[in-house]
Amino acid sequence: MKFSLSWLKTHLDTDAPISVIAETLSSIGLEVEAIEDRAAGLAPFKIVRVIEAVQHPNADRLRVCRVQTDQGEVGVVCGAPNARTGMMAVFAPPGSVVPGSGMVLKIGEIRGVASAGMLVSERELGLGEDHDGIIDLPADAPLGMSYAHWAGLDDPIIEIGVTPNRGDGFSVRGVARDLAAAGLGTLRPWSPAPVLGVGESLVAWRNEFPDACPLVVGRTVRGVKNGESPDWLKRRLTAIGLRPISALVDITNFFTIDLGRPLHVFDAGKVTGGVLTLRRSAGERFAGLNGKDVFAGADDCVIADAQGAQSLAGIVGGEATSCDAATTDVFIECALFDRVRIALTGQRSGIHSDARQRFERGIDPSILPQALDAATAMIMALCGGQPSEMVAAGAEPTWQRDATLRFDRLGSFGGHPVSTDRAVSILQDLGFVVRAQDADQVTVGVPPWRNDVAVTRSNYTYDPAIYAVNGPVSLLDPAPELAAERAQRAAAGAAAVAAEVDLLEEVLRIDGLDRVVPVSLPAMSAVPQPTLTARQTRTMRARRVLAARGLDECVTFSFVAQATAAQFGAVPERLRLANPIAADLDQMRPTPLATLALAAQTNAARGMTDVALFEVGPGFVDATPSGQNLIAAGLRLGATPLSWLDGDRALDVWDAKGDLFAVLAELGVPLDSLSVTAEAPRHYHPGQSGTVRQGPRVVLGYFGTLHPSIATAFDLPMRSIGFELMLDAIADPKRRRKAAPDLSPLQPVRRDFAFVVDAVVPAETVIRAVRGAERTLITEVRLFDRYEGEHVPSGKVSLAVAVTLQPREKSLTDAEIETVAGKITAAVAKTTGGVLRGER
Amino acid sequence: MQDNSNTILSEALEAISAADDLRTLDATRVAYLGKSGLVTGLLKALGAMAPDERREAGATINIVKNRIAEAIEAKRAILEGAALSTRLAAERVDVTLPARPLQRGTIHPISRTMEELTALFGAMGFVVKDGPDIEDDWYNFGALNIPAHHPARAMMDTFYLHAAGRNRPMVLRTQTSPLQVRTMLAEPPPIRMISPGRTYRSDHDATHSPMFHQCEGLVIDRGITLAHLKGCLMDFLRAFFEMPDLRARFRSSYFPFTEPSMEIDIAWDRKTGAIGGGDDWLEILGAGMVHANVLANCGIDPRDYQGFAFGMGVERITMLKHGIADLRNFYESDGRWLSHYGASPFAPVMLHEERGL
Repeated sequence: MKFSLSWLKTHLDTDAPISVIAETLSSIGLEVEAIEDRAAGLAPFKIVRVIEAVQHPNADRLRVCRVQTDQGEVGVVCGAPNARTGMMAVFAPPGSVVPGSGMVLKIGEIRGVASAGMLVSERELGLGEDHDGIIDLPADAPLGMSYAHWAGLDDPIIEIGVTPNRGDGFSVRGVARDLAAAGLGTLRPWSPAPVLGVGESLVAWRNEFPDACPLVVGRTVRGVKNGESPDWLKRRLTAIGLRPISALVDITNFFTIDLGRPLHVFDAGKVTGGVLTLRRSAGERFAGLNGKDVFAGADDCVIADAQGAQSLAGIVGGEATSCDAATTDVFIECALFDRVRIALTGQRSGIHSDARQRFERGIDPSILPQALDAATAMIMALCGGQPSEMVAAGAEPTWQRDATLRFDRLGSFGGHPVSTDRAVSILQDLGFVVRAQDADQVTVGVPPWRNDVAVTRSNYTYDPAIYAVNGPVSLLDPAPELAAERAQRAAAGAAAVAAEVDLLEEVLRIDGLDRVVPVSLPAMSAVPQPTLTARQTRTMRARRVLAARGLDECVTFSFVAQATAAQFGAVPERLRLANPIAADLDQMRPTPLATLALAAQTNAARGMTDVALFEVGPGFVDATPSGQNLIAAGLRLGATPLSWLDGDRALDVWDAKGDLFAVLAELGVPLDSLSVTAEAPRHYHPGQSGTVRQGPRVVLGYFGTLHPSIATAFDLPMRSIGFELMLDAIADPKRRRKAAPDLSPLQPVRRDFAFVVDAVVPAETVIRAVRGAERTLITEVRLFDRYEGEHVPSGKVSLAVAVTLQPREKSLTDAEIETVAGKITAAVAKTTGGVLRGER
Repeated sequence: MQDNSNTILSEALEAISAADDLRTLDATRVAYLGKSGLVTGLLKALGAMAPDERREAGATINIVKNRIAEAIEAKRAILEGAALSTRLAAERVDVTLPARPLQRGTIHPISRTMEELTALFGAMGFVVKDGPDIEDDWYNFGALNIPAHHPARAMMDTFYLHAAGRNRPMVLRTQTSPLQVRTMLAEPPPIRMISPGRTYRSDHDATHSPMFHQCEGLVIDRGITLAHLKGCLMDFLRAFFEMPDLRARFRSSYFPFTEPSMEIDIAWDRKTGAIGGGDDWLEILGAGMVHANVLANCGIDPRDYQGFAFGMGVERITMLKHGIADLRNFYESDGRWLSHYGASPFAPVMLHEERGL
């Protein structure tokens, strides 16, 4: 909402400087978004008279002017074709900055003639595009006056953001009232003189849809002349960005801004049948004043004549019955529309208008006849004409209601014990009327324009159907699963305190929240409770492990193009966005790997081919809370870092497995309990990928080389590796004390074995067999060599393991070691058919 | 005998002195002190002597033997030292050569900030709540006093999914407030919680991202007032920006789920972007006392309990704290940017440690 300072001052008597006004507005909830002071850069430019303009002796296109300024006479060389003797113009003195060009003027010489300043055009002042010549002012323009002041440009424009609760904030008068309450001046009275209408209106109202519009009034003014508005009105509208159209239309715009009271004018001569009917739309389409086709459905209220819908009520008028230069009889509409229906119709139509903005926030329901009179008076003043009697349909709804404030709540809720007198006077300044007051509390009547205070049925919506949905006494939407008793008690509590909190807010808002003295939260316990759950802690640790291993954490979007998502998992329709912001962001991703691949692609395209990225974020299976998995996913491209010591090496599946197991180990997952199988989702290389499980069912993660088709699709190196860790699948650790560690004083014994097994036998099977051969002595089995080739039969592979034996009570004898070795060999033979290398 | 011993001694000392490597020295040792060595030979000859003569000669020979042994050890130490020096010289490397490359990754600044929020609010007794990004519109709007027609819905450009749950549309949460609702429904007061997490709004330009992060907080208890709201947030802001006297201003505003509602600005310098200095104000937080309707929707009687809620943009406070200019970089995963602004995985966020990236 924009208004000029001078407009504000038509409602508010104040001497407050603009800076104080702005600060106060922001403080009391009418946040200043911008202050445009068009005069700011124009101070040096004053009105002058050109005493004489003669041809430049050395240049055809230049004139030499003697200029009379308030500081004396100066000589100026001017190139403008319209520079002439006797004209009133605008002078830029040396040292001033020309806003249009940023140039600093200097005293100079142009083709041998001294020039001490410049006569300027509108464009040079940054005020327009007109550069045909210098500014040519009327003869009576006062010499020496600031041009900005003369042109009315020294009137700052204030733009405020009005919050959705404050319908009254969308009027200059409402803003003025708040400022007066905040101590910045006095609100001027507003009481338009009653208009004595004569004769019947050419147009009458019929209201067939009172739920949408409880009251509408109007009247005809006959014999008007709809020309241009006078300068003051045009200037007022132009200043806030509204284009003057014609006097009649400008007047409706004026009241929309001035009082927050949207009006509409019909050309009575274009209304067919003499009656305008408020009714449900029959699915009509008409040309709107917004230059577009407007469609209205059965739930939308329209204003129709015998030809059909002429206006989408409260939102936009129709072209067919609009006023133009030929209009002689105008019919003024002044209606009270239901805010909820306007909001819903507005959403459906997608039309944003000043009228909708005000109606859907709620307007003052009590001033329809007065506003009509005020508008009539202005029409008569600007366009002439004879007013008819007022016509109306419906009745003013009951808006009167009271609210009570217990003074002690200012401290016990607001934390700011404002004095009783101060609290009551703030409420009164805001238009609340004291009905009763004692030492403990005050009961006030709520002013009609405050639709946000003590909200009840009678002022929230006039539509019983909409109301029924929202419940009988409040606007609650309680959780369906609440027990009835709990819900009712809570609802009664809300009903008991809501209006009082509204009043508290008013008092605190105007007194200033900055005056509330901060109090630190009291400690709930000397040492705070744990902030993170075990699961949240795991997430943080996973992040740290991966970063410590050289991967950079990314945060990528949870949605991605459906085609991209489909390369990494299922893309159910339920996880598609109905209104994506872009076609490539329309599907919830199945795994962060999908968006990491895009990130890797971007990096690779920038020449960074050896990136290592990870993300800890959601992947989606369905739209329920349990269908969202927290996944730590990583992607490495290219090779290990090049070094003079070891060169570099291409990444392989073991890097992926290493990352995954590093996190699992850090998260306390017992690695012995895990199994790895040679299977993985389709985005991995089928022969170089695996699934990590805990027990038979719980999948903890996947790892592998990326599938070549994925690498190709994302322009990634072929040897790119990835992994996904399902953080939600990791169980909380059992809360039990650890057993005492085995700290044997005896030296462990290492024995190496090489087994020749079928190449298809998983190494893990061999390792498990060895480990299981003698559980009390074998503490570690480490596979340190895998060999196939010469000396190993074709189709076989040699796997060498180092086995650590830890004696417990006494050192092992050779015979005991041989016994364990025999058990190991036997166990491997039994489970895999493998034999010791060198044996047959 | 005496002369012989002295001769042997002087010869031996000469030989030891001449030995220029350990092998020669050892040969010298064998020649004099070995089984067939000259000194050993003298000792063997003692047996044939008369007792008095033997005692005298024995003492002399032992002196000779000890002096030779000492000389050999002294020489050995010199030779060994020289040998070690030679070896060490031979083993010299160019230590300016680079070490094996260290791959060090980083924690994303958004995660870092969320960890700092966790530490700061944790110290004030808050716990962290997380939950689904996809909510039905009751959790995101209805429970929060934002009915379907409410103009406030236009304030948040909501993403809808094709899925529907409980006969209500499913949305991508526009705020993390649904977690406040879930917490109030699940746990009786007192409640102190924050909910840092992903949020979504269909807005995409230089200063808006369709996905971003918010951290909202909720305090519900008996006797919590607006003064506590101010105290808690001032304590937070000053700790987060590490400025004990950071100035802030509290402006009235409106949110459907709080009343009174306010926005909070911190002092900054518009020209330099420096937090704390200057005469300009920068909006950083939204907050308010929890609306009675929200409490009631969640089954809490506002006559028994009251409290406050607040919310802030994680990216925004991160940008301010670290002087990051462009929001879009947060999500672009440019390795250079991540290395530059990312935090060390080893940097603690504990309150008693010096913080910072």
